[in-house]
Amino acid sequence: MSEQPQLLYRHRHVPGINTIDVWCQHSGYENFKKALVMEPDAVIEEVKTSGLRGRGGAGFPTHIKWNAVPKNRDVEHYLIINADEGEPGTAKDRDLMNGLPHLLVEGCLISMHAIRASKCYIYIRGEYIEPWKSVQKAINEAYAKGFCGKNVLGSGLDFDIYTHLGAGAYECGEESALMSSLMGERGMPRMKPPAAPLPMISGAWKRPSVVNNVETVATLLPIIEMGGAEYAKIGYGSPRSRGTKLFSISGHVEKPGVYEIVLGTPFSEVLELCGGVRKGHTLKTYIPGGSSMGFAPPTPLDYPFDYEGIPANTKTLGLGSGGLIIFDETTPIVPITQRLVDFYHHESCGKCTPCREGLNWLHKIYGRIMAGAGKESDVDLIWDICDSIRGKSFCALGEGAIWPVMTSLLLFRDEYLAYIRGGKDAMADLNTIGLDTVTRIKGAL
Amino acid sequence: MGKFTDNDRARLDELISRYPTKKAALLPALWVAQEVYGGWLPPEAMEEVAVHLELPTADVQGVATFYTMYNKEPRGQHAIEICHNVSCMVLGAEQLIQHCERKLGVSATGGTTPDGVFTLARVECLGACCNAPAVQVGGTYYENVSFDQMDALIEKLKSAPSEVMSPPQAAMPEMREF
Repeated sequence: MSEQPQLLYRHRHVPGINTIDVWCQHSGYENFKKALVMEPDAVIEEVKTSGLRGRGGAGFPTHIKWNAVPKNRDVEHYLIINADEGEPGTAKDRDLMNGLPHLLVEGCLISMHAIRASKCYIYIRGEYIEPWKSVQKAINEAYAKGFCGKNVLGSGLDFDIYTHLGAGAYECGEESALMSSLMGERGMPRMKPPAAPLPMISGAWKRPSVVNNVETVATLLPIIEMGGAEYAKIGYGSPRSRGTKLFSISGHVEKPGVYEIVLGTPFSEVLELCGGVRKGHTLKTYIPGGSSMGFAPPTPLDYPFDYEGIPANTKTLGLGSGGLIIFDETTPIVPITQRLVDFYHHESCGKCTPCREGLNWLHKIYGRIMAGAGKESDVDLIWDICDSIRGKSFCALGEGAIWPVMTSLLLFRDEYLAYIRGGKDAMADLNTIGLDTVTRIKGAL
Repeated sequence: MGKFTDNDRARLDELISRYPTKKAALLPALWVAQEVYGGWLPPEAMEEVAVHLELPTADVQGVATFYTMYNKEPRGQHAIEICHNVSCMVLGAEQLIQHCERKLGVSATGGTTPDGVFTLARVECLGACCNAPAVQVGGTYYENVSFDQMDALIEKLKSAPSEVMSPPQAAMPEMREF
């Protein structure tokens, strides 16, 4: 087994680590102090050396985003934290915010210093009341200790952090839609570069804005602590995927949970870490990084699990947000895919035609297949509709919506045909999924 | 007549002060309004927010109807929201929903019991995938829920005070110290 250094989760299980006193006993805010005496560009340089890539899903190099921000303070710059974690299968940011809120707050402070921002908005999804309370308490404590506010630690710099609660729109996890939502509008995406200026030049309120994921800014702490060069040595796979990443592993595994795993660890070892597929069952398929990445076949499993490592022939989009969902052989794929189609159909913001209309058609076709009224031509029709959305939707939601559909067709076309030809009853399958889990006897709440 | 008190308006003003524009305070302001109006947003609530933020009412309605967590109709004292996305689904969320539908006698598409105590709803991924199936009531999560735990929870809620989804601004006085 490969060694798994815990950089983010080192103190995850220390009692009271969510309070600033215990956090400071474990070198809390030391990395912020260290970064604060560095020049902002030196911080960016460390991050560049470390090879850090955005942990929200796209894997965009963080330093490129940061370097695009103007190097002066003529206008106010904003750091916006994307804590609108809504991708099915992804639960890492919630775990981090609940357990280690100061990791996020300190990461925000380092990040704000690097991009010369004086204000930070943490956009937390509306359902996350508990993580919001946890983070807000941490911010309050940081203000009380003088890590936030005006003229922090005598540096002459102001660092204000605010939380902003969303209200239940998956689309707001998209960078430009998140900024729209923050500005008090419907959460719809906006035109992207090169047709529009970079958000780092003209973002929220037409001022320089950087949107980073919760985990991305949390990763700044180990980078500042050990230095970018040391951090870049961590990793078992591609030279472009460095460091550790949080994975939320769910579905049919023995020990579901959030794990910090070194990028490039063989996928088979990742499975072992979480206890493997539940006892007595075998792997049917899995989603490597949140539902938008699509289904992957059960073989091969011995590839480096990082941004580059996922074999091209699996057709999945990649590591994504780190939401790994495991399905065993009892899983009927068509009802699962229908659930995802309905999810994206529900969450489509309605701005662009391919996504709005295409998903509506998919929703209807899956509905009739499930009701036993599907036609054999539906399989090709589904593929055709997906092809009309692919690459043609305004933002990544449409792209993400069709990927699980297309990969399910590539891998499990026979299951679709079995439902359509009447060999299997889709509703009967739907009515038994996971029944053994909820009927087991457990103690009262 | 509006329902906002001077205290509510002070809360809104504090929220406005956090952003470069008044409009940006719209989402938090709607949370405040939803709390003041007992868990949902009647047209008067949107009107009051519009007046305070100096926005056209249509803008406020447009935003309020875009986001699913702003309720456009009254709900029961306790809203039991069950995640039905794939991670929860493969571990029995669909069965849990059907169990609750039978037990409460309402549809999980937002049905409210005749006595007004429970609203039952399916919701999209709650972000508790590792502890599926997950259920949310008010601002509280219940995870790894089985049938008997669900029954116990429903019993417990029958006599519990209503927990309106506690909006962020509820903690504002504490925050103002700094």
